[in-house]
Amino acid sequence: MKSSNVVLKVVTGGYLLLFFVYLFLPLVFMAIVAFNTSPIPQVTPWEGSTLKWFGKLFADGQMWDSLINSLIVAFFVVIISVPIGLGASLLLTRMQFKAREGLYAILVSPLLTPGIILGISTFLFWDRAFFISGGLWTAIMGQSTFISGYCMLLIMARSQRFDKTQEDAAFDLGATHRQVFWKITLPFLKPALLSAAALAFMQSFENYNTTLFAIGFEQTLPIYIGTKLRSFISPAMNALACIFIGLTIAGATVYEIMRRREHGKN
Amino acid sequence: MAQDVGQGIEIINVSMRYPGAEQFAVTDVNVNIKPGEFFSFLGPSGCGKTTILRLITGFIDPTDGEVRIGGEDMRGIGPNKRPTAMIFQNLALFPLMSVADNIGFGLEVRGVSRPERRKKATELLELVDLPGVEKKKVSDLSGGQMQRVAIARGLAVEPAVLLLDEPLSALDLKLRQHMRAELRKIQRRTGVTFVYITHDQGEALTMSDRIGVMSAGGILEQIDSADVLYNEPLTAFVADFVGDNNAFPGTVREDINGYTVVETSFGSLKGLNPQQLSSGQSAIAFIRPEAISVVDGSSSFENIVKCTVENLSFEGPFATVFLKTNQNEAFFLRQNNDGSTPFLQIGAKIEVGFDADNTRLLEFGEVADA
Amino acid sequence: MRRLWQDAIRSFGGVGIAFILLTVGTWFIFMILLPQLIMLDFSFRPLLPLRKIGGPEDVYTLKNYIVLFTTPLHRAIFLKTIWSSIVVTTVALTICYPIAFYLAKVARGARLGWILMGLIIPYWINELLRIFAWQLILADSGILNQLLLFIGLIAEPLNFRAGNGAVIMGMTYAYILFMVFPLYNAMESLDRNQIDAARDLGSSWLRVHRRIVIPHAKPGIAVGCIMVFMLAAGSIAAPQLLGSPSSFWFTEIIYTNFETANWNQGAAYAMVLAVLCLIFIFGMLKIFRVGLKELAS
Repeated sequence: MKSSNVVLKVVTGGYLLLFFVYLFLPLVFMAIVAFNTSPIPQVTPWEGSTLKWFGKLFADGQMWDSLINSLIVAFFVVIISVPIGLGASLLLTRMQFKAREGLYAILVSPLLTPGIILGISTFLFWDRAFFISGGLWTAIMGQSTFISGYCMLLIMARSQRFDKTQEDAAFDLGATHRQVFWKITLPFLKPALLSAAALAFMQSFENYNTTLFAIGFEQTLPIYIGTKLRSFISPAMNALACIFIGLTIAGATVYEIMRRREHGKN
Repeated sequence: MAQDVGQGIEIINVSMRYPGAEQFAVTDVNVNIKPGEFFSFLGPSGCGKTTILRLITGFIDPTDGEVRIGGEDMRGIGPNKRPTAMIFQNLALFPLMSVADNIGFGLEVRGVSRPERRKKATELLELVDLPGVEKKKVSDLSGGQMQRVAIARGLAVEPAVLLLDEPLSALDLKLRQHMRAELRKIQRRTGVTFVYITHDQGEALTMSDRIGVMSAGGILEQIDSADVLYNEPLTAFVADFVGDNNAFPGTVREDINGYTVVETSFGSLKGLNPQQLSSGQSAIAFIRPEAISVVDGSSSFENIVKCTVENLSFEGPFATVFLKTNQNEAFFLRQNNDGSTPFLQIGAKIEVGFDADNTRLLEFGEVADA
Repeated sequence: MRRLWQDAIRSFGGVGIAFILLTVGTWFIFMILLPQLIMLDFSFRPLLPLRKIGGPEDVYTLKNYIVLFTTPLHRAIFLKTIWSSIVVTTVALTICYPIAFYLAKVARGARLGWILMGLIIPYWINELLRIFAWQLILADSGILNQLLLFIGLIAEPLNFRAGNGAVIMGMTYAYILFMVFPLYNAMESLDRNQIDAARDLGSSWLRVHRRIVIPHAKPGIAVGCIMVFMLAAGSIAAPQLLGSPSSFWFTEIIYTNFETANWNQGAAYAMVLAVLCLIFIFGMLKIFRVGLKELAS
């Protein structure tokens, strides 16, 4: 019995390790390549170490333009999606009506729809109905269609734990609806609203499928990357990837530290 | 000063049915609560007392009838506009705010300045005997302390009526008893009309000026002070619910010498007939255990019952003796633990007696579950 | 209805209701309903130059849909997309099942936290870049070829990009996490004691999984499969980056239509994709006998 336990542990550990190698190794390679002088992105042969690809990346005006577009789009997506998510969550958690399940299903459906369909339908709608052709606005609309759903779910989750009698008490003490909302409900929902905003921002920033079809001739950063990767590959892209990876790890570390601190406080 | 603060409440022919519900939660209730009174609604769970509270507070409007506070019809007026404040069963204190902010909340929404609010909070904490906790977080307080903060918060808006929804049910026994006295004290000090709901008769009886007893289906059975409810119950439900009582079912027969005779399984009993029941009607004869004594020749009783001692339960100041008639009807009496008489022996065959004045005949009806 | 309105006013106040109606209304009507209807409309109309729109030739037609079935190439691509997506889903399920089980039932405490974090980090990196990483690995001068050459297994670099292999590999890599988490969630709620009880009664591990774990994890499996399938079938980045002209993906046809401003055809094919996903979803629900409720991810 003992020995088979050991075997099991080794096999499990090995499988897990293999899985993580599978996940991370490609990323590691991708990052390392950024430092290889070779104009063809490759790990071997290593022609020398350099930072010049980073320089090339920063010199690319198109990259900066698309980055700014990404930020603009993400900003507007956040200020549209979070209120919509809030409104929808208030409606669904507090009102009982026959169509509630159905409405919930419809509002959540964009989350289950392939992104390109959202992009196409948004593009066609604004073009045909309002004569606004593809661009940042349609990208914002297309992304918000499903990102609002994420926001709604996040806020609803937090709402479930809300003790509604607090609102009753506040009313009873003479508060108006507005006062109850600002002083009691909103402070409680604040963490969820912040998470929703953060999630919305990240989802918007890295969205490709929907944006590709909705944005016409403009570019956000992922579109720019996609275009570049399809045409002429240069290690400048690896430099970008390296930066992304670095930022992600930094972000994860910060998040973990903050989480530990919250935990420590409790 | 304190006299003019509380307002009266008139509940006139009020019935309430929730949308989608078959039954009425409250059925044709009429109550006139006097200004400055400590009034309790007493009844088992589901009897509609919470609904009455919500009707007074203003979270719902009655299906039929009127609710008036201070003489004004309150229909359509929301809870934030009525001169009432409510203490919720789960207290509903605001967890993200300090004690002082909780208390000052009602004032904050009325635009009272911060220094004013702080002063008021301190005053009220003195009133409820909880000085010095202004800055604490609500979660740091004990159950009894949270209670008092909730009350202080309600009183801060200077309501004419304070409504309390079973506020003591979550507290342990000793604390509950202490809080009963506290609540009464606060009510007297402020003069605010208190409307209190509970299923615990001990609470209702000890604190209230008057009590409205309610039964299932939202029916108001009787409104009176504690002693009247106890000594002169008007319906079978009240007789059975308030205090301990013995109940013998039977049929009404004729009247003799100012008393009414009722035929039970073990013989005839004579008793009072406050409802003017007529011959042939089903009735229940109620006798309080303390009115039953063992027949020993020193006194004469109009009613005498032969029975056997089944069991005896020692309860400190007295012992409860469980008896059974020869027809297997169960009842009980109390023997004081004062050494005057030895406790009855289990299995003894005895005779017990009680006066007709202590026997109350009431119409057969629903009684609360044992 | 009146009662509903009264309740709403009581709960939210006038301003609140306005806010809710505005936000939810805009979302529902202008972002979900109307766009889909317009796309549907487009799909049933023929492609016409601007001046001819509204004219006699502008009639409803099924032409755009029929094209899919009558063009052998499109048909082939469509079927291939379905099949490849199924492959991706199956591979992902097979790989992730043990991982999810380990996470849900075996790993403990702090270690669990680290592992979960380790799984999530790659996913915060843009999908495109992750697929790009595979582009590097599978390129002619890529790592895999270099390795094989080095070992001496092959004499010349293999062209991994021809055919679907690369796309499937890239997709699996990109979407595997969407299989892990639903599985993990579903398995987590399984009471460990059930497994222990079964083992105690002498059951083999295989049977434990077959009779206890899998039935319990069915909703998770269904959700995971649905997510991965939809991502794969609807993926455009992976085919664009890893595919070759001989391994066109269905979404790429749609994209080409868009590039040539043939919105109508593109819309029709997009609807076909949507219907395909719907069919798959309901199919999954049926197979696993799961209700729509339980899918609340």
